[in-house]
Amino acid sequence: MQAFLDIFDIYLLEAVINGILLGGVLALLALGLNLIFGVIDVTWICYAELVMIGMYAMYFMVQYYGISYFIAAPLTILLVAVLGAALHYLVIAPLLTAPPINQLLATGGVLIVLQSFATVAFGIDFRNLGIRLPVLAFGDMNFSYARLLSFLAALVGMVAVYLFMTRTFTGTAIRAISQDRQIMALMGVDTKRIYLITSALGGALAGLAACLLVLQYDVHPFVGLSFGPITFLICVLGGLGNFVGGFVASFVFAEIISLGGLFSDLEWGYVLAFAFFIVMMFIRPAGLLARRR
Amino acid sequence: MMGQGRLAAWALGLAALVALPFVYRDPYHLHILVLILIWSFAYTSWSMMGRFGLVSLGHGGFMGIGAYVTALLWNHLGLTPWIGIPLSMVAAGALALVVGYPCFRFRITGHYFVLVTLALSGIVLQVITATRDYTGGSLGYTPNRASGSKLLALQFDDKTTWYLIALGVWLAGILVWHWVDRSMARYALEAISEDEDAAAAAGVDVTAEKLKITLLSALMTALAGAIYCQYQMFITPDTVSGIAVSLQMVFAAIVGGLFVSLGPTVGAVITILLAETLRIGFGTKAVGWDNLVYGVLLVLFIIFLPKGILGSLLDRLKPQRKVPRAHEQEAVQIARPGT
Repeated sequence: MQAFLDIFDIYLLEAVINGILLGGVLALLALGLNLIFGVIDVTWICYAELVMIGMYAMYFMVQYYGISYFIAAPLTILLVAVLGAALHYLVIAPLLTAPPINQLLATGGVLIVLQSFATVAFGIDFRNLGIRLPVLAFGDMNFSYARLLSFLAALVGMVAVYLFMTRTFTGTAIRAISQDRQIMALMGVDTKRIYLITSALGGALAGLAACLLVLQYDVHPFVGLSFGPITFLICVLGGLGNFVGGFVASFVFAEIISLGGLFSDLEWGYVLAFAFFIVMMFIRPAGLLARRR
Repeated sequence: MMGQGRLAAWALGLAALVALPFVYRDPYHLHILVLILIWSFAYTSWSMMGRFGLVSLGHGGFMGIGAYVTALLWNHLGLTPWIGIPLSMVAAGALALVVGYPCFRFRITGHYFVLVTLALSGIVLQVITATRDYTGGSLGYTPNRASGSKLLALQFDDKTTWYLIALGVWLAGILVWHWVDRSMARYALEAISEDEDAAAAAGVDVTAEKLKITLLSALMTALAGAIYCQYQMFITPDTVSGIAVSLQMVFAAIVGGLFVSLGPTVGAVITILLAETLRIGFGTKAVGWDNLVYGVLLVLFIIFLPKGILGSLLDRLKPQRKVPRAHEQEAVQIARPGT
């Protein structure tokens, strides 16, 4: 019995730490989505599909053209940033005055387009980079380097965004618009330009997430569905547009999935996370950290 | 509402539809027609809620429950679908109430309602995949072939029988749509979709009205799932439940037109014919092409033609019919807090 408890605790600790590592990447995705929502007031249902396109870009550059990972990564980030700006320019901008639900459904259409585009262009095979990072053994616990690296890179990315938002004029303008979009236009800020920059920034975050996720997961056209819905739920749980809330919610969710997966299948971890989300919506509809009305 | 002429046109069209399988017997075309009718019914069920601004992405979940509960009861307990289908509908209805009541009670609307229902269809999909010992997981599930009475098992090899069943179910769906359209509930729900507070102040029980239409919509969607399962005799989590199916419902309903009774049917005809044409045209290379065209159409429709094909067509035919109500200007309108 004692031996069983020892093993159990080690596994528990491993799951907790893996949950934190997973939370880092989820937090990165949530940050991008929250940025778009907070500033433009639009939910990109297709956000995870941008990540999927980025993962394919990484795969082809590294695997097919033999470009080094560290050169391919900035190129991918740039590519997805351009995609984000294009998405805003082509789909969101014409719908800015439409009811929010139409914008949401239009990005739902983009989700279908990107998924089927990937199916048509790249086929439905699972592909991976073929880079196998060593496993880090710590005591009796095993952690993959890929996850650790992703976690650290995600943290660096988030700090960079934070500095951009607080230290530059453009960043200040973005934050000001998220507080009051009508007044800022009167103050001489070009809202269209800011929207485009924000969309590109959101895309760049998706690109960074793609570079990190491609180390851990195989790429296929439907890979977005495995973490897309989770990302939305995290953003809503944290309060749409609330950066700190999204950050906290990412780790809460990652722990639920990781611990749920420890006690049973991974799917039950997801079921638990979804159920937790629905219950939380009723208890705190405006987000985890929102003040009670 | 309905004039003599329109009633006659309906009766004539219906008679033609009933007579069709006895005159024309090509099994492939009948198969496509059955699929169109079943999906039309599912899309109509979705639009019952959707037209009042209650955009749900959880209907994939209700459909999955309808299909899987019926099939599981038949395979494991030997319960005939005649009992299994009502039970599956009860299950879906109960789920709709459990999720819907707090949603409406606590005024969860707009983006938040969409995302809560998204989580709901995510849960159903994951539960089906996780209980793979019973449901076969993502590999799919087949109801056992009936050894005894075909009627008791609700399994027919004959396409004509299925065509008539699907036609009957579809017609029932259209009739329910018209019944709601002419009821007081419609006015209450329209008031709610324009301004929830004003509707409540005018004496509308907002929670109860929303709950009723959600329950009705969920029951019908579960029935569609069960019928689909009985007809195809093979279901996978991805074809009857999940977010993709939910989005498909929204898309078809919007393309056809949300605010007219035959809109979702037109949407189903267009989407299924498109998929089949592309599949035949491109052969096995078509994987993905149909969805690519769907997606592009969906985006274009929401930007340029938010009332859908049939809705816009009817408007053009009778421009003087009536002043369009504010909420019909938009593909789907949601009561937004703070506006």
